Amino acid sequence: MRPVYAFHGGIHPPENKQQSTSQPIRFAGLPQRLIIPLQQHAGAPAQPLVSPGQHVLKGELIGEPQGKISAAIHAPTSGTIDSIALLPVAHPSGMSDWCITLIPDGKDTWAPRHPVADFRQLEREELLERVRYAGIVGLGGGGFPTEIKLHPPLHDNVETLILNGAECEPYITADDMLMRERAEEIVRGMEIMAFILRPQTCLIGIEDNKPEAITALRKAVEGTRIEVVVVPTKYPSGGEKQLVKLLTDIEIPHGHIPADVGVMCQNVGTALAVYRAIRHGEPLISRITTLTGDALAEPGNFETLIGTPVRYLLEQAGVDYGATRRLIKGGPMMGFTLETPDVPVVKTTNCLIAATAEEFPDPAPEQPCIRCGQCAEACPMDLLPQQLFWFARAQEFDKAEHFNLFDCIECGACAYVCPSSIPLVQYYRYAKGEMREQLADTLKSDRARQRFEARQARLEREQAEKEAKRKARAEAAAKAQAEKASTPVDERAAKAAAVQAALARKGMTTPEAPAPALPDRAELQAQLDKAQEKLAKMQQALDDARNSNSDQVEKLERAVAKNQERVLQAEQALQAAKPAATPAPERQPDLTELQAQLDKAREKLAKMQQALDDARSNNPAQVEKLERAVAKNQERVANAEAALNIAQAPAASATAAEVPDLPTLRDQLDKARNKLAIMEQALADADAPEQVEKLQRAVAKNRERVALAEQALEQAKSTATSE
Amino acid sequence: MLTSVLIAVAVLLGLAALFGGLLGYAAERFRVEGNPIVEQIDALLPQTQCGQCGYPGCRPYAEAIASGDAINKCPPGGEATIHALADLLDVEPQPLDAEHGAAQAKRVAVIREDECIGCTKCIQACPVDAILGAAKHMHTVIESECTGCDLCVEPCPVDCIDMVEIQPDIRGWHWDKPTPAQRLQIIASDRQGATA
Amino acid sequence: MAFVKLSSPHAQGARRTSQVMQWVILATLPGLLAQTLFFGWGNLINVVFCVALAVAAEALILKLRGKPVGFYLNDYSAVVTGLLLGLALPPLAPWWIPVVAVFTAVVLAKQLYGGLGSNPFNPAMVGYALVLISFPVAMTTNWAAPEGLTAAPGFLETLSIIFAGQQVAPDTFTMATPLDVYKHEISASLASDVRQLPMFGDWVARGWEWVNLAFLAGGLLLLWLKIITWHIPVSMLGALAFMSLLFGWNPDLYTPLSLHLLAGATMLGAFFIATDPVSAATSRIGKLWYGAGIGVLIYLIRTWGSYPDAVAFAVLLMNFAVPFIDYYTQPRTYGHSKARRGAPGKNG
Repeated sequence: MRPVYAFHGGIHPPENKQQSTSQPIRFAGLPQRLIIPLQQHAGAPAQPLVSPGQHVLKGELIGEPQGKISAAIHAPTSGTIDSIALLPVAHPSGMSDWCITLIPDGKDTWAPRHPVADFRQLEREELLERVRYAGIVGLGGGGFPTEIKLHPPLHDNVETLILNGAECEPYITADDMLMRERAEEIVRGMEIMAFILRPQTCLIGIEDNKPEAITALRKAVEGTRIEVVVVPTKYPSGGEKQLVKLLTDIEIPHGHIPADVGVMCQNVGTALAVYRAIRHGEPLISRITTLTGDALAEPGNFETLIGTPVRYLLEQAGVDYGATRRLIKGGPMMGFTLETPDVPVVKTTNCLIAATAEEFPDPAPEQPCIRCGQCAEACPMDLLPQQLFWFARAQEFDKAEHFNLFDCIECGACAYVCPSSIPLVQYYRYAKGEMREQLADTLKSDRARQRFEARQARLEREQAEKEAKRKARAEAAAKAQAEKASTPVDERAAKAAAVQAALARKGMTTPEAPAPALPDRAELQAQLDKAQEKLAKMQQALDDARNSNSDQVEKLERAVAKNQERVLQAEQALQAAKPAATPAPERQPDLTELQAQLDKAREKLAKMQQALDDARSNNPAQVEKLERAVAKNQERVANAEAALNIAQAPAASATAAEVPDLPTLRDQLDKARNKLAIMEQALADADAPEQVEKLQRAVAKNRERVALAEQALEQAKSTATSE
Repeated sequence: MLTSVLIAVAVLLGLAALFGGLLGYAAERFRVEGNPIVEQIDALLPQTQCGQCGYPGCRPYAEAIASGDAINKCPPGGEATIHALADLLDVEPQPLDAEHGAAQAKRVAVIREDECIGCTKCIQACPVDAILGAAKHMHTVIESECTGCDLCVEPCPVDCIDMVEIQPDIRGWHWDKPTPAQRLQIIASDRQGATA
Repeated sequence: MAFVKLSSPHAQGARRTSQVMQWVILATLPGLLAQTLFFGWGNLINVVFCVALAVAAEALILKLRGKPVGFYLNDYSAVVTGLLLGLALPPLAPWWIPVVAVFTAVVLAKQLYGGLGSNPFNPAMVGYALVLISFPVAMTTNWAAPEGLTAAPGFLETLSIIFAGQQVAPDTFTMATPLDVYKHEISASLASDVRQLPMFGDWVARGWEWVNLAFLAGGLLLLWLKIITWHIPVSMLGALAFMSLLFGWNPDLYTPLSLHLLAGATMLGAFFIATDPVSAATSRIGKLWYGAGIGVLIYLIRTWGSYPDAVAFAVLLMNFAVPFIDYYTQPRTYGHSKARRGAPGKNG
């Protein structure tokens, strides 16, 4: 006789099981429509494989598992897909979820099945794959995909396989009836699981309030190495952690799964589903659901197709909706209320209770907690529910977590015994939900922070790049100036400096990855010379060939063409290089440099002029001085203009290369236009007469500048097109 | 007589020195190295980077709080953030400063894509780079990264950005905190229903 | 068709807070009966008077706090507080002593902390300790002699003693408690001589032994009903016995164990006062420490302190220690290798 251990706490609520065990399992029948939610399990929803209007056969895959933890769904009968839509589902929130609606055709035609007479002929992987595609999930209520569970972590060895037939919650008798009527199939299913897992011990745990089921199972396990272990009736002995403790004295460590300590629990209904999937090739399309509660005329257990509307199902048991006060999915301890019967039965719907107000009276008003400690005595996880309540109510979630809130299995034993009618479980659910939400928020805000910081860094980098570019330009200008001032240096150095400056100007857009260094002009010239030489040679050869051997003409022609192209390319490259590396054979001042000087002089002049104007109206004493200064500046401007003209003339005549490139010109034009617009705006806004006058002058100047820029652009364009 | 007084004084002085030394040592030896306060404050802020506080992002506001600014300028964080900050800084929680806006439900930006002209203005405004798109091409918001900061709404020249409240989702749902009043109310309303 | 939406569990145990309190009240009846039989009408009058005062005080303060009076009075906690004071106060104490004690208990110790469930100290014991410190003579000499109901002052006479200040001859009807007497006498004589005093009777202490046994019976009823757990009474009585055997094994020098257990308020304290869940430690291990602390303190105060009985002080002192005890005595949760300690952020 195998010893049975004990777990802390637990309660003995009235069982109320006899109402639904008087009749054998009945078939619920085929409703008008079946509503099959895509998510009936833990993990990701199934991916629908059908479209409205499509005809499907019974057992046909209509939704395939998506991602690692997911389960397949199948058509429970043959018929036509009506829609895939958001419909109310059995969920404590009362919200809707995606469901496939199937209109049965009444023929109940099976899709081809692939039964396996002897599962030992199959590989384990093959068996697991079949379990996965049969859509089997934990039928005890958790709904965890069975195939995933049967794949324990590689390093763990399942030593004890436990079949959970405890069914400790009051009212529910689905597993009880299943064990009474289909013990043989359950045991076969367990053998398949054992074949996959190779455990040393196989146990079926069952509470001592189910003598018929115990007898049936004991008979069925004869000749196998499976042991039926009877445990005392106490809620929640059917909780996975509690049953493991009862049968093996092992506690599943916090944050681990049973497989981590060599144990695995499966529900008896799951074992049956595995058997049917392997032996008969039937996917999980129906389950046993207990219908009970005082509002039902004929309570009992029904074999129900997945997707059957609860309303239809309850009508089979003679429901009196007028007398129904609470409609519960699941048991009275852990189930949740349904606000409407227009939701479908899913794979985890083990029980439906249509309860009258007398059966489950509305909760009494919450009284203050007197810390009586009844809850701590009842807690099967050995928590301090009264402290958790205190923290949850005060929203001190960190303290609640410290008191192991997340070990709470929400069995409801504490709230059951609470003399102050405090809805303790709801407090814990609220606290857990809030904490999960906070965690999600923290993760999201961390991500937002990262993205924000990355963006800030990027903006700063761009700013720095711009700054560097500006600096480099200024430096280059300074260098050119210095060069101009210095006495003639040897030509190569000058060229190097010029190339450097050009590089600085051209290459600064991407300072970390400089553009391939511009080939220097001499080199380009050399290349061009070489290409021309080669071309000449080719031409020569071609001529020769034409005269002597006509065979090669074509080839040579092609070669000549190629070479001509090459020469052309070299010429272009040379021209491109020219504006960059403005040669200084006569030490000509750089054009831009001159332009800059001119601009500066003009600016200064304008300023002076303005000062002069001001002085004329305000300070006659300074007029003379200023007039002299202005005259001097005018002279300077004139000089600068002259110098520029001189410089421009040879540059323009020498090559067309000095023409500034189009985008730059366009840019300048845009800038000038912008400035003009700003000025005009300012002019429109201005009201003081002297300001108006000043602005008018500025506008006129700017208009001129724009016109100039436009002209320059036009010119550049025409040269570009003519080339 | 005098000697005993002296002895007493000496002993007391000795004890004072001893315990003073012990305390000093303990304070050094077991000093708790905390995060810099700015980091801790920043960790509590919601990171919407919306700038409603008047600072160009959450981190600058965290720095401002660390140097003494009020803790009630963050509408997206709402009461919860104010309480967390008050807790951290050991000050009294204050109500949200209405000047900086009111707390509202979590929202995300959604671009009405057929109206978008592809001007990239919203992309430049987004503090967390949660808008995708290129010039003259339609833009779209990466919803999972959007912090609901509103900053993209203003720059949009064609007003094609909506701030949409995040609808409760069946997978994110959880039970509310029970309120005694709520329970009593259920009972009261049901009684009425029963008599009617 | 919409059904109610409620969180599980849907089934509810039958027991309510008011029922818990009613059972506690019921369980004190044997003790009250024994007190009345041995000490006369004083206790009964006290109990009724205190309960009425307590309910009135509770109603008044609930009204002032703007709370629903009927809803909170229905939990019977005020009745229990008044009842415990009525049982603990000397039967012939003048009327103003219960008044002060009850108001202190209900108003100061309970409602000002937020009402039932929020009081850190046992309200009845706060009231008791206050009057004990304030009126030590009236509190220690007004015990009726255990002469039996027939020999004690009649019902009307008792009323007159309590409410009209009628004088009673000391040592005929009123006297100090046996604990008090033994402690004083033993310093000058031998145990056998002290035992000769009529108040010690034939067994432990005349009358007192039956009162204590009656409270023990009531306590066992509560244990059987699982309204209290065994931890606090057992550890408290065990610690008291242990201390008594360790230090007071010689009855010629110290009060013997039998007197410790069966005289004074020991059993009332062990089963009805120390077990007040609101102000006691939370976990099972915590309750053991809490009870043991009370037992040790009772012995220390009774033996070396200046008060003859010490339940009130011991309980109040351990109330102070409850947060500390709770900090270190959380149970080991299923699946955890060891119990958590303290609060988050600390050495958990």
